[in-house]
Amino acid sequence: MDLSFVILVEVLYGVASLVLISAGLAVVFGMMKVINLAHGEFMMMGGYATITAVGLGVNVFVAMLVIAPLVVGLIGLIVERLVIRHLYGRLVDTMLATWGLSLVFIGLATMIFGNTTTGISTPIPGFAFGGYQVNGYNFFIIIVSIVLVIAMYAVLRGTRAGLIARGTMQRSDMAAALGYSPGRIYMMTFFCGSALSGLAGAVLAPLVGLVPTSGGAYIAKAFITVIAGGPSLIAGLVSSATSFGLVSQFFTFAISPVIGEVALLIAAVVLLRTMPQGITGRFFKGKL
Amino acid sequence: MSMNRRELLGGAAALSTAAMLPQAAMAADTIQLGSILDTSGIFDAYGKPMDQAMRLAVKEINDAGGLLGKQVEVAAYDTQSDMALYSQYAQQLTRQDKVDVVHGGILSASREAIRQTMRKTKTLYFYNVQYEGGVCDRNIFVTGVTPAQQVEVLVPYAMKKSGPKVHILAADYNYGQITARWIQKFVEENGGEVVATDFFPLDVADFGSTITKIQQTAPDLVFAPLVGGAHLSFFRQWSAAGMKDKIPLASTTMGVGNEHKVLTPEEGNGIMVAYNYSQELDTPANIAFKAKWQAEYGDTTAIHELAVSTYQGIMLWAAGVRKAGSIERDAVVDALETGISIEGPAGKVTIDPQTHHATVDVHIMEFEGQGMTVIETLPQRAPIDTQAVCDLQANPGDNTQYEIEI
Repeated sequence: MDLSFVILVEVLYGVASLVLISAGLAVVFGMMKVINLAHGEFMMMGGYATITAVGLGVNVFVAMLVIAPLVVGLIGLIVERLVIRHLYGRLVDTMLATWGLSLVFIGLATMIFGNTTTGISTPIPGFAFGGYQVNGYNFFIIIVSIVLVIAMYAVLRGTRAGLIARGTMQRSDMAAALGYSPGRIYMMTFFCGSALSGLAGAVLAPLVGLVPTSGGAYIAKAFITVIAGGPSLIAGLVSSATSFGLVSQFFTFAISPVIGEVALLIAAVVLLRTMPQGITGRFFKGKL
Repeated sequence: MSMNRRELLGGAAALSTAAMLPQAAMAADTIQLGSILDTSGIFDAYGKPMDQAMRLAVKEINDAGGLLGKQVEVAAYDTQSDMALYSQYAQQLTRQDKVDVVHGGILSASREAIRQTMRKTKTLYFYNVQYEGGVCDRNIFVTGVTPAQQVEVLVPYAMKKSGPKVHILAADYNYGQITARWIQKFVEENGGEVVATDFFPLDVADFGSTITKIQQTAPDLVFAPLVGGAHLSFFRQWSAAGMKDKIPLASTTMGVGNEHKVLTPEEGNGIMVAYNYSQELDTPANIAFKAKWQAEYGDTTAIHELAVSTYQGIMLWAAGVRKAGSIERDAVVDALETGISIEGPAGKVTIDPQTHHATVDVHIMEFEGQGMTVIETLPQRAPIDTQAVCDLQANPGDNTQYEIEI
């Protein structure tokens, strides 16, 4: 009983961390069709923003949930204005440009923070459940990702800004004809996507040792999750994160963490072979 | 003053000839020490202090009048944490600079990239890093500790403090695999039992499921030869889950690159390790070494095990040259094979003639407030792992890295 609860928490945590890692990319790639190969570096910068803010005496939750998303969002804004906006609709060119950006960010982070591992300790203590110790921070990550999904849904579904953003992504010419500036809407959407990446990096920072090249560890998982999710933004994100989280955690517990990672990749191959349009290309069609 | 082109060229030629003369004369009057280290890139946390230690050692030798009446000159190359550059700079050092000795290499991969070049060009090579053991080559001297030297002393100590059931978590490459086998051997010899062994690729950073699994196997002790920044997450997540006060941890790698200064005291305190060096060693030799480092670089926080190994490696080489009375390779090797010793910052270091590895003092330590407190010192531990497979006295032509069978 105790063990099944602990495993349930671990599985939920696995799903939640995939949702977090992929949310920013889902907005930038899923909505805007910009292949952002610097997504991992946005997360890395979120982590450094948190550590720096905590070092300056800011409360760790404020640093993670407010400062890091703002800082990374602003960096994303600058990047969008300087680079990305010239490349909308040119898939391969954006790949090259954002890959270059990722190298630049790694270089800058190395110059500023040095090429050593840094980190902060987790702000929430672990607790005992029956005969087992549970990492209390896992619950925080699960809650943050649930809130995140609900908030994304509420904004896109319930607000005028969300409606306009969705409309512009589908037919920017029509949106322009109705008097909205697509350029400005793209800019704001990219800002939100970057801020989400920064949030993910910040929230995951206390669990890892951060180095300037940390971003590389996330990028593959994020792309796999978003692509396997398919055309629906939120339904796709949640369904593919759940499938991959379940598969990888199952094999992790049954065999080993390495086999867990392998199983995730095999599941992705099988999923894309059977459903080339992604999960939401077949199920939950027309959902957000 | 006006000058036409012919005069200018003539003057320049004369000047440069004049400038070259003393240099050509000097080349014969100095001893060339080649250094090849990653002082930038992802391994610079290891390489930079090693480079500083190398320069400090050479400066000391020169200030004391040099070797055989000659000054030692450094030819240093930065390999930028790129394995491809190792072979390139090894060629440069041995064929163009024609140095008398090479010190360097950090990862085992980098050592293997240059070892054959050194052997072919008959350039004496010192590898001053803790590694998995087993290299058997008359041209190389290894001054770092090997797994058996650490594990042999750490296992009984850690088991006495905790209990007989051990769970091993190791990095998934040759170092971790070999070290895990050594841990298993010594656990069994000490009447214990290994309940599980897990290997992790170097980029695994999520240990949540592993921590749950460890609680299922319920060991008395967790042994963690994990390597690199991603694996540092384990120690952090272990503490976050509140496991730290329940099951003690021991490691053969944690702290070798000063990782314990990255963990907070709450996360690190109590982790048991065994190394040749700790900044907290309270010996006159270490205090004097730290003072010299302070005077040269202004800050001693960067000193780590590998830097001290490098310093001791250079001092051993210098002792060999003095004893041989020559910088010729075979003479120096013969001199070093007499079982030469030096007193380094980490204690006495003796070359083991059979394996060209080092017999060193090993200190059992525990992390305390981001430092390593010495609990017990075990003097002069021989490299028994490499000794089991390598005998350069009986077989001087050997050129293999043995996988140690346990």
